Amino acid sequence: MARLDIDRLVKRYGDFHAVRDVSLDVADGEFVVLLGPSGCGKTTTLRMVAGFIEPTSGRVRLAGGDVTLLPPWKRNAGMVFQSYALFPHLTVAQNVAFGLEMRKLPRADIERRVEETLALVRLGGYGGRLPRQLSGGQQQRVALARALAIRPDVLLLDEPLSNLDAKLRQEVRVEIRELQRQLGLTTVMVTHDQEEALTMADRLVVMNEGSVRQVGSQRDLYERPADRFVAGFVGRSTFVEGTVEAPGRFRSDGGLSLACTGGTAGRGVLAIRPERVEITASANSGLDNSLPGTVEFVSYLGAQIDIHVRLSPSDRLIVQIANREGGFAPDVGRPVHVGWPASAGQVFNE
Amino acid sequence: MTDTLAIIRRRALRWALNGAASLALLYILVPMIFVVWLAFFRQEIPSFPPEGYSLKWFAAILDQRKFLDGFRLSFQVGVLATLIGLALGVPAALCVVRFEFRFRMPLASLLLMPLIVPGVVLGTAMYVFHVEVEHGLDMDVLGTFYALVAGHTVIVIPWVVRLVTASLAGVDRSTEEAAQNLGANAWVTFWRITLPAIRPGIVAGALFGFVTSFGNLEMSLFLVGPGRTTLPIVILQYLEWKIDPTIAAVSVVQILLIATVMLITDRYVKLARVV
Repeated sequence: MARLDIDRLVKRYGDFHAVRDVSLDVADGEFVVLLGPSGCGKTTTLRMVAGFIEPTSGRVRLAGGDVTLLPPWKRNAGMVFQSYALFPHLTVAQNVAFGLEMRKLPRADIERRVEETLALVRLGGYGGRLPRQLSGGQQQRVALARALAIRPDVLLLDEPLSNLDAKLRQEVRVEIRELQRQLGLTTVMVTHDQEEALTMADRLVVMNEGSVRQVGSQRDLYERPADRFVAGFVGRSTFVEGTVEAPGRFRSDGGLSLACTGGTAGRGVLAIRPERVEITASANSGLDNSLPGTVEFVSYLGAQIDIHVRLSPSDRLIVQIANREGGFAPDVGRPVHVGWPASAGQVFNE
Repeated sequence: MTDTLAIIRRRALRWALNGAASLALLYILVPMIFVVWLAFFRQEIPSFPPEGYSLKWFAAILDQRKFLDGFRLSFQVGVLATLIGLALGVPAALCVVRFEFRFRMPLASLLLMPLIVPGVVLGTAMYVFHVEVEHGLDMDVLGTFYALVAGHTVIVIPWVVRLVTASLAGVDRSTEEAAQNLGANAWVTFWRITLPAIRPGIVAGALFGFVTSFGNLEMSLFLVGPGRTTLPIVILQYLEWKIDPTIAAVSVVQILLIATVMLITDRYVKLARVV
């Protein structure tokens, strides 16, 4: 295992910038997740690390060596593909042995390592099967074993869980994460699923439109989003358009005067986390913001309930409450009070 | 009540469909059935009803050297043209499917063209071409064995290109990337991953190419030389003078041969999946 340095990577297709100036250092044994909506450049970045796409400019250094111009087969990077990309005409053992054969290991070593790796992903005894005889989850583990068997400098995961059903996905997340820790694998994963990213990563890289918007831990991204995009993409936010009157004071276009954190005078947007807002029958004076409103829409989600509250003709707020026995759960049309501390609303200047 | 009607309607539709399909199949099979039947007639002039049955026409084939020579030549030309067609057609199909370049679509159409151009036109064109080459190079071209093989290669290529292209479309590109990621260079990736994946297309393309070459008459008429005639031409020449069931017997042998090749191939490569 080794470190990976991505330095000012750019990929242009004609006038289109798929990746703009992306830099990232991944430490030895670190699990970094590239998170973003589809088309944000995260997969292009990963494929440049793997060597399938030649960057327009920038460098990729792996284990100390510059691999920017090396073909994929000369980089020691193990990749798990979204479709798994198992070789359909080879058995599970032959799939896992492929990379070792390419490295010209002696037959006996190959056999031993194939067996070890299959045992690692709990597929001992499946070596003789063909990929199509396995379930989706098992195929995914073969793909992982195949990438691990070559003892790569870096493990690259391209949406590895997107073809699994929801329940299995949750199990495999934990499994991959544990395996990664146990083996001390330097890992880069690409996903558009924020929950997946949050559960697996040591560090997250949020990307949009080809650029990195913010790099940080789960807590950094959630508590201190760098911009409006991150505030909306990691966790949820209600956005209120308006003007920053002074640092800490925001006036919405609907005329509400709100306490908030950050910002400098000028146009801006206030992002409020729905789970930080309290909803009560009568006014709660203990909070920085306390406003009357009317319940307009309720969606019942099981563990939580989302309540949409109308505060002014142009301001509507989402409040998320836990579904507790005897908790306050107003119906549509009911007048209520909502309140939140200034710290729950962050301002971004536009 | 309406349910019963719906069921009756559905059944009637199914019967109509099956009936139409059977008629079409019969239409295709009738000439073959008659040829096979005719091959066993005892009398020399084919007429109905048969006066009796005999195997003597099959024995008659062996007495005629020209049938055996024709068969051997057709077989040799077919095999050689198929091999050359594969060597040219497989890389061509890969280029057309995998690479973006100018004139990609025109090239793809050009490769399939010999399927569309009438055999007589193709034959005439090649005849003229061979004459010109002969003049230009001052060597024997027209009517030589190699000229015949070259001509047949042209009609084998479209089959190879078509079937290999079809099977390439079904190959998951990421398996090739996975192989490269695991340390295989482009060449090893082709041999170990791509080739096994398109093998059904290659086998089917070779088979159809061979059958096309083996049965080709129109184009070959322009390319054969003295003392060098392919089986279909021998049959045609024989028919100009005689119409005894020998020809039917030859056809039966030909049908059996091709059917055998197809059945054997089908055991290894499911033809229904690629064609």
